[in-house]
Amino acid sequence: MIILTVDKTKDWMKEIQQRMADNKDQLTALDQAIGDGDHGINMARGFHEVVAKINHATYDSVADVLKSAAMTLMAKVGGASGPLYGTAFLKMSLAMQGKEVDQDVFKQSINDAAEGLQDRGKADFGEKTMYDVWKQVSNFLEEEDVEDWHGILEVCQATIEDTREMTATKGRASYLKERSRGHVDPGSMSSFYIFEALDEVLDLEA
Amino acid sequence: MTQKVGIIIVSHSFQIGEGVKVLIDQVIEDVPISLACGTEDNDIGTSIEKIQGAIEQVASDSGAIIFYDLGSAKMNAEMAIELLESSSIRIAEEIPVVEGSYIAAVESNLGKSLEEIMSSLEKIKINM
Repeated sequence: MIILTVDKTKDWMKEIQQRMADNKDQLTALDQAIGDGDHGINMARGFHEVVAKINHATYDSVADVLKSAAMTLMAKVGGASGPLYGTAFLKMSLAMQGKEVDQDVFKQSINDAAEGLQDRGKADFGEKTMYDVWKQVSNFLEEEDVEDWHGILEVCQATIEDTREMTATKGRASYLKERSRGHVDPGSMSSFYIFEALDEVLDLEA
Repeated sequence: MTQKVGIIIVSHSFQIGEGVKVLIDQVIEDVPISLACGTEDNDIGTSIEKIQGAIEQVASDSGAIIFYDLGSAKMNAEMAIELLESSSIRIAEEIPVVEGSYIAAVESNLGKSLEEIMSSLEKIKINM
């Protein structure tokens, strides 16, 4: 069964943009606690640019939409979330190249995105980064039937909660060492909005 | 005569980049140095496109070295290199920008190779 089409992928990006705009202040507050405080602005700006780019363009494939989104994020986001989210969407795009996106292709694309993030950020699991969320979602998709998209959200939420008690060893938060504990990782939170937006889109009747 | 090894400074701050270049320009005149500092609007941050442009400014067969200030600058530098598919560009990992670029400029001016400069830089690694 085809789960993502060009139109649905465009809608996914719009849903992400909406969530980043709505939660800009929350992401900023999280990032002010343990980072440099620009995550909310960067994510809102980045996805605003993505939607502006893809809205009026025509695409032949889901892969092309995601590639366009990736390139825009890399170009327009000044902080670490640019290359990281850019890498994630680019890896998804590469996994979908020349294919219709069914469950298996989608699972593979999330797996590749998680690997790409690990590679780009040099992060391992449990280092209080967005990679934790992507890796857990990837694991969940490996084990479960993807009919149950809502399960992804529970996985994300549990993982975000796990990051709260971790000590950051990567990224700007790592300078705070154990003082980073007690705070949720901002990148995990913005990753949650990406999967929440996906859930929203996949629930719509095709 | 072979080209001298180029130097690219990638900093989150436009002013840091300008300052480092002024400092090096005082002692070294003819080493190719380019800057990719700040975002497109010169706000705090880094830009892959700016880095690509800076690489193209100083790239030659002799190669070039990228110095960066903080983690996400390094990520953007890696992506810029991947997108350009250039094999002669190296990233000075965990090397302080001021000291590193200064040493590299002096050595490049003496006609040292990319590998020779990279191994000199090893001595000033910082453990973050």
